[in-house]
Amino acid sequence: MAARTQLWRRPHIIPNPALRWMFALGVGIYLAATIGTLDINWNRVAEGWPRAQRFFSGFMPPDFYSRGDDILKGLLESLWMTVAATALGILISVPVAIGGARNVSPAPVYLFCRSLMAVSRTFHEVLIAIFFVKLFGFGPFAGVATLTMATVGFYAKLLAEDIESTSAAQSEAILATGAAWLQWLDYAIRPQVRPRAIGLAVYRLDINFRESAIIGIVGAGGVGATLNTAFDRYEFDTAAAILLIIIGIVMAAEYMSGRIRRAVQ
Amino acid sequence: MPVSRDSQGPVWRQRTRAGDLATWFTWLIGVALVAVCLSFISDKTIWEFVWSAPREAADLGSRMIPPDWSYSTQLWRPLWDTFNIATLGTALALGVSVPVAFCAARNTTPSTKLVRPIALFVIAASRSINSLIWALLLVVIVGPGVFAGVLAIAFRSIGFCGKLLYEAIEEIDVSPVEAVTATGASWEQILTYGVVPQIIPAFAGITVFRWDINIRESTILGLVGAGGIGLQLNASINNLDWSRVAVILIAILLTVILSEWLSAKIRDALN
Repeated sequence: MAARTQLWRRPHIIPNPALRWMFALGVGIYLAATIGTLDINWNRVAEGWPRAQRFFSGFMPPDFYSRGDDILKGLLESLWMTVAATALGILISVPVAIGGARNVSPAPVYLFCRSLMAVSRTFHEVLIAIFFVKLFGFGPFAGVATLTMATVGFYAKLLAEDIESTSAAQSEAILATGAAWLQWLDYAIRPQVRPRAIGLAVYRLDINFRESAIIGIVGAGGVGATLNTAFDRYEFDTAAAILLIIIGIVMAAEYMSGRIRRAVQ
Repeated sequence: MPVSRDSQGPVWRQRTRAGDLATWFTWLIGVALVAVCLSFISDKTIWEFVWSAPREAADLGSRMIPPDWSYSTQLWRPLWDTFNIATLGTALALGVSVPVAFCAARNTTPSTKLVRPIALFVIAASRSINSLIWALLLVVIVGPGVFAGVLAIAFRSIGFCGKLLYEAIEEIDVSPVEAVTATGASWEQILTYGVVPQIIPAFAGITVFRWDINIRESTILGLVGAGGIGLQLNASINNLDWSRVAVILIAILLTVILSEWLSAKIRDALN
């Protein structure tokens, strides 16, 4: 009797064949439907290459000097906005996070704080900025308000999740000493969430700087406003300089924030 | 253990005296810095406009309510475009970020000297520029419309997906890779049988996570002309047609909530 050769076959990612085929079919139908309705003017896209060349030759060489004062002002404004908004955002986030942690707060407070976080996370920063510019007028105040709101949505949510994952043993130990609620927060919860709280703060500082560079496009101050002005005036060499500076600062900030977060955790 | 002494004997303290001083000093610097920043911003602010905010808000509210519901029937097409920008952008980004991630991961890169730094630079450059700025550039290059939006989302997502993916690749378990290598497998076979199965869950998770973010981002790309519902929003704001703006905002809200719910469901199913 000849030995039957059994061939090993690699298991599929989706084990259920019916599901697998349905998934593939769904993707196929979606792509067919999309590419049919996608309104792309290919002639215009084909013009893109020479346009891109002209565009990028307009970028070269980046001009750091002729609008140097404006760039510096914009950058400093972005930095102030970043620091102020991060600090204010964290100040508001901490009580919201404590309220939004299931193991610390009663259900009504929990639901209220959670919905507060959801509301401040739903809309993109730029949309919020449009409305704050309408309410508070052009300038960095609207920017700070926007970034503060975005910080609350981010920081409070992640901090609340960290508070929820703290060890119950330490909590009980502190409660067993007869600690009051605030003492319990201070001695049982705070030390456990401290490293992550600092790490998140540094991370958010980094994100806020990036965001401050774009909310200026809708009038909320910072280097984004300078960038937008440069585009509007067709001063692409200045725009290139601003973009390079933003990339440089973002990279440096990311490197620093990575270092700080590793050192803290 | 830090203790201080008083007339009754040693008392436990949370920190040493030096630790206390260091903490206070850090707080002092921090608070001073924030105060300086706030004062700069206050100098740049026209406070009359800020104080008029409640009146402006009431005015805006009265113009937005009631929302112009009849307008919502015209929003299906822009919403479909928005969804497509996010989905196709994510798909395109994945196509590029997978090879980039393999080149950037220390354990799979063909060369640490040359390819890895280039891949890392691609990731960092793509991450540093927000999709709105990408859109600003791309609208000039490929013209206004959905295509610029898809590319803007893709360019921004390459860095994001690439970074998370290469970190996942660097964290894989080496023993399956060694086992596959020991069978005499070629480089491609090691990747397909040793590495890829380990990163598939991370890959799927990253995809859904980024898709969810991209839905949110694609709602605003229209502000600079890159397609999607942002175009309608921008037009309505420019026409001061606030009852339509209200409808658009509600549509965006529902879309974002739906995408968040969907991505949470998929991520739960993956785990």
